[in-house]
Amino acid sequence: MGTTSDIKLINEDGLRLDGRSADELRPMKIETDVLARADGSAYIEWGGNKILVAVYGPREAFPKHTQDIDKAVVKARYNMAAFSVDERKRPGPDRRSMEISKVISEALSSAVMVNQFPRAEIDVYIEVLQADAGTRIAGLTASSVALAAAGIPMKDMVVGCTAGKVEGQVVLDLSKEEDNFGQADLPMAVLPKSGNVVLLQMDGDLSVDEFEKATSMILEATKKIHKIQRDALAGKYKAIALERSGE
Amino acid sequence: MPRDEAGILSEIKRDFIIRRLKEGKRGDGRKPDEYREISITPNYVPRSPGSAMVCLGKTKVVAGIKVEAGEPFPDTPNQGVLTTNVELLPMAFPTFEAGPPNDTSIEIARVVDRGIRESKMIDIESLVIEPAKKVWIVFVDIDVIDFDGNLIDACTLGVLAALKSTIVPGSKEGGKDFPLPIRNTPVAVTMVKIGDTLVADPDLEEEQLSSARITVSTTEDGHIRAMQKGDVGELSIEEIRKAINMSSNLGKAIREKYFK
Repeated sequence: MGTTSDIKLINEDGLRLDGRSADELRPMKIETDVLARADGSAYIEWGGNKILVAVYGPREAFPKHTQDIDKAVVKARYNMAAFSVDERKRPGPDRRSMEISKVISEALSSAVMVNQFPRAEIDVYIEVLQADAGTRIAGLTASSVALAAAGIPMKDMVVGCTAGKVEGQVVLDLSKEEDNFGQADLPMAVLPKSGNVVLLQMDGDLSVDEFEKATSMILEATKKIHKIQRDALAGKYKAIALERSGE
Repeated sequence: MPRDEAGILSEIKRDFIIRRLKEGKRGDGRKPDEYREISITPNYVPRSPGSAMVCLGKTKVVAGIKVEAGEPFPDTPNQGVLTTNVELLPMAFPTFEAGPPNDTSIEIARVVDRGIRESKMIDIESLVIEPAKKVWIVFVDIDVIDFDGNLIDACTLGVLAALKSTIVPGSKEGGKDFPLPIRNTPVAVTMVKIGDTLVADPDLEEEQLSSARITVSTTEDGHIRAMQKGDVGELSIEEIRKAINMSSNLGKAIREKYFK
């Protein structure tokens, strides 16, 4: 954010560098059960993002002092692979990934029925294999699919999207260039049934009107993304049903 | 946010606070959009080129600035560098532990940093000594010495006051000392949701009772520069609108009273 550039991010026809209109999402694909060992897993491609999520649990929380006698603790770990960005990223947690892990854990805890599993932990491992702007939201969106695929009871899915401001215009789902050279970035995640917000961050410069516009774009987009999540999960059970009927 | 030693608030107190809130009053008699008393002492640590002590109710923090010459980041060769760190000292609270920063202190530092950075409060383009080689690095360090809730706002107030009093030691690099160039005053206002009510500047008890937290940083022009939702609970879009409005109003009042 905030770095200036000579690149023109929006052309005369109002189209963006990659040819999208202001409220258009990048292509997205979600698959479930991509890992054999995990209790649930998902893989998301969103623009150039390639992210794997594995879920383990509920299992006894360890170390013991992290246990909550009333409910399960959701422990998300967001990690970027060393090769996921242009310049090699030093492996291991840094301040950015620790903050992202925290807000993702909190967002997922809102959806999971944590009261059913006192003293347990549910681990969500998010591995960004290739990063292309909006990784936290893509990771979170895939995480809720992986949790559902693991059969963990949830009151709703968690669906996220970003919006931002580029050359004075509010646009949906920032690309890498727009993220680097734009004027604002607003990642948001909601529970689709209630429309309530479980993750919200913002940096840059937005007027109140621009915030309203960005929010309504995001809410509209989450409906589409939610459908992709549902289709991915439906695909999983369709495949199982087919297998059964073939027996 | 950190919980108390047992992580439990007595049932009686909990009921009392929620009952009072239904009548529009808080445990300590404040209105939902009322801040605790703020006191700011700039230049609290004269050894430091910029500093301030802030009391927000019973929460106390000391912010200190160090400005040193160093290398710029490769992708921003024509900008100075800002780094922000928050220390939750063991003296401030029974469960704070010494050691490397944990996710709580990292989140606080990053939200405080975001408000300052994204508002472009400091003119970092003017902190270049030799492009791509040498720039001024502004180290912001905040010691939390007494904890009674709302560290994000207390730390932000400390940083604002400290930065505004900061002198860059230009004479060390063959120039003249000059005040750190400041453009605006981004005020962070944190609110928590208790029951269905949003309250600003929560104290520790209120933080323990709350379901969700939201911080909004605004500048003079009424624009939003940074936001962060925290904790497990949910917020409706309407509640976020309310929070933005409340932050903008309180930010304006704080700016006029303390940063004229």
